[in-house]
Amino acid sequence: MSSLASSLQHHFTDFKQQKESVVLGMWSFLIQEVMFFGGLFATYTVFRSQYSHAFAEASGLLNVNLGGVNTIVLICSSLTMAMAVHAASKGKNGGIAFWLVLTILFGSIFLGVKVVEYKEKWDHGLIPGIHDEGLRFDHETHQPRPTGFWLYFALYFAMTGLHAIHMIIGIPILATLAINGLRGKYGPEYYTPVEMTGLYWHFVDIVWIFLFPLLYLIGAHGAH
Amino acid sequence: MDATTHHEEHHGPTVKMYFAIFAALSVLTVATVLAAKFDFAPMLGVGLGAFVNNAVALGIACTKASLVILFFMHVKYESKLVGLAVVASVIWLAFLVLITMTDYLTRTSDWHLFVR
Amino acid sequence: MSTPHHTAAHHEEENYLTHDSSIQSWLLTKDHKRIALLYFLSVTLFFTIGGLFASLVRIELLTPAGDFMSSEMYNQAFTSHGVMMIFFFLIPAVPAVLGNFLMPLMIGAKDLALPRINLASWYIFIIGASLAVFAVLTGGLDTGWTLYPPYSSAYSQSRVTIAVAGVFIAGFASILTGVNFIATVHRMRAPGLTWFRLPLFVWAHYATSLVMVLGTPVVAITLFLLGLERTLGFGFFDPAKGGDPVLFQHLFWFYSHPAVYIMILPAMGVISEIISTFSRQKLFGYSFVAMSSLAIAILGFLVWGHHMFTTSQSAYTGILFSALTFLVAIPSAIKAFNWTATLYKGSVSWETPMLFAFGFMGLFLIGGLTGLFLATMGMDIHLQDTYFVVAHFHYVMVGGGVMGYMGGIHFWWPKITGKMYSNFWSKLSALLIFAGFNFTFFPQFVLGFMGMPRRYHSYPEEWQILNVMSTAGASILAIGYVLPAIYLTYSLFRGQKAPANPWGATGLEWQTSSPPPPHNFHETPTVTTEAYDYQSLPLSATPEKGASHV
Repeated sequence: MSSLASSLQHHFTDFKQQKESVVLGMWSFLIQEVMFFGGLFATYTVFRSQYSHAFAEASGLLNVNLGGVNTIVLICSSLTMAMAVHAASKGKNGGIAFWLVLTILFGSIFLGVKVVEYKEKWDHGLIPGIHDEGLRFDHETHQPRPTGFWLYFALYFAMTGLHAIHMIIGIPILATLAINGLRGKYGPEYYTPVEMTGLYWHFVDIVWIFLFPLLYLIGAHGAH
Repeated sequence: MDATTHHEEHHGPTVKMYFAIFAALSVLTVATVLAAKFDFAPMLGVGLGAFVNNAVALGIACTKASLVILFFMHVKYESKLVGLAVVASVIWLAFLVLITMTDYLTRTSDWHLFVR
Repeated sequence: MSTPHHTAAHHEEENYLTHDSSIQSWLLTKDHKRIALLYFLSVTLFFTIGGLFASLVRIELLTPAGDFMSSEMYNQAFTSHGVMMIFFFLIPAVPAVLGNFLMPLMIGAKDLALPRINLASWYIFIIGASLAVFAVLTGGLDTGWTLYPPYSSAYSQSRVTIAVAGVFIAGFASILTGVNFIATVHRMRAPGLTWFRLPLFVWAHYATSLVMVLGTPVVAITLFLLGLERTLGFGFFDPAKGGDPVLFQHLFWFYSHPAVYIMILPAMGVISEIISTFSRQKLFGYSFVAMSSLAIAILGFLVWGHHMFTTSQSAYTGILFSALTFLVAIPSAIKAFNWTATLYKGSVSWETPMLFAFGFMGLFLIGGLTGLFLATMGMDIHLQDTYFVVAHFHYVMVGGGVMGYMGGIHFWWPKITGKMYSNFWSKLSALLIFAGFNFTFFPQFVLGFMGMPRRYHSYPEEWQILNVMSTAGASILAIGYVLPAIYLTYSLFRGQKAPANPWGATGLEWQTSSPPPPHNFHETPTVTTEAYDYQSLPLSATPEKGASHV
């Protein structure tokens, strides 16, 4: 119990005030994350409204199956994250570690699939800044790509890349929490770090919930 | 929030609810893929068809996001202030996207309208 | 729960400066007061660097010919001046120094809600600033502080990427400060301190925090995209790839216009405190002033396109932005009128902070009103990118932001350091800054109206007189800024010991000793009255030299 009491920082009067402060701080941070990704979504909206056909054509080159599987994988990781927080609120330290390890596993699967997808794009020569030719001309037909095709892939890599960076930052934090869980650092009175990391992880999931239809599914019909 | 006791407030949704949300999110993911493969254009015309396709995709995405926010992120069980924070972020994002779009959707080269 | 060590009451009480003096206790401190001082030293350094570049600009403009520097060097000088002053001085100045120090004290808390995040923000700021200073001093930066592509993305040979990375990183320091203030104001207020009993300084900082949190990430992502554009050619802002340079301006100004309010709103909070204290009256129209801060914060997000009237931005959108810009004048005017009304029938005293506050009111009035000229689309076609714009934003950001900062530093210096500074020299400095400022920038309004464009190092001979006036004024201004460095430093060693409440002010920060103890208050205060309730002050708290009221 003494280790728990030391989790209350000196400037708070009680755990409730500490938790409410941290929760509000975390949500404020998530608001800034919304606006951070928001700049990309605004860029996406501007260019998609101007080049909708080029976007649909370019989107047709993504692998909808891998994207769909990854969406489910990320939802799984969100579920296991929620379960980790739930275990923490019940004071089950072993449960925290168990669910967090699953979360890390799903997160890693997601990133692994992402690597496979990026590799595919590399092989097809669709990486802005590296494969200028592939983005300007179709290799098979040698027809020039429509205006906006380039921007679609620039946005694809900027958005999914930034999303992946957020996951890469999240995974070591999850691992630290799992270890702390095993060491019994949390209890039903105090598990704020687990809960806050959960908020972060769910936020990253939400970004993907929007990226998936906006990037993968706009070419699923019509264009071909 | 005031009606619930602190005890319930802390614990939020039950395990059963978490799995139900998970199931709903998975079903909606499949639904958005199927909806995207369905082309509304032959039925509704090109313009309206594309609009419906986009509206369905964004509608499903917003529903999924709301489920995650309300249940996985416990906003349903937090103070109203946290809910306000979520709403504010959506409004500000709308400011950014919509006002920027007013520019791109109304650009014109008919400057004689403005310059005598 | 009270800390055990204060039971041993020494006659010389321990304060936050003296309780531990090791280097480590400063560099790893989680005390908001010490972090405020770390920020104070840092922004003073960046102000000095920015000021030196300003001197270079003014020296070049002394003569019509571009003889002192090459045009390339001149580009670097005004860019470095802008980047240093805006991102590394003005934006952190009032919130991260005075806000950091005072927010917990004013709401009766022991610290900000997230002390570790607070320390992290300073380190992030220093990392970002170091990169920017490195860029400015080694390769230079010549894009103008606005970093517009395609020049910044495709043509500039200077160290754009590193500077952009520095500003990107420093942005997160600002975001974390905002996050911290929001959590603090909501969750850490002392018992009885309801929202409408908060000092207006706290309201202003709360509104500022909203802008920091909602706006800064957008410029961060914009600079990230600019970095991708410059290093990898992603093409978002490159018409050859279907991109649009004007999109950069949209995203950039979505933050950078509200950023003006990050600079000015906290200063307005300072002015509210000073005006009330030195009129010994409750601030007139308290709730209107509080709400006008929020109104400015919100409306400030809806006006960014007024920086883009002469671009390819749609004229219809321009009309919308122009109209919304005029609306911002309303909450700003509410503040100005209420400050003036507070003076009416007050017992006004002319202490140094009050001189700065009067300076603020006059200069901000001119800055704000000339903003309306620029918000008028037809007028802006003529004035865009002339010295009129330069004069306008200096009246707002220096006349407003820096005057507020100087006023605040002088107002709370006794609280921060426990020492009183020289009355004579500080008043002289306030007058020199006010006079020097007007000499520097008023001629620039005229020059701009005559058509002198900004960012050129040479100009036709007929404009020399006004430019010489401007440079002469800048020299006076420089003396005005150097003086405080001397007499404030002197006060640390030879200054009179400051009483707890030297000005007879009402805030909670004046009820604890000067300088405050490490945890601010020996016991958490309970608040029973509204802000600025001078009747409830104990008589011993009226200003009286050397009265040491504990």
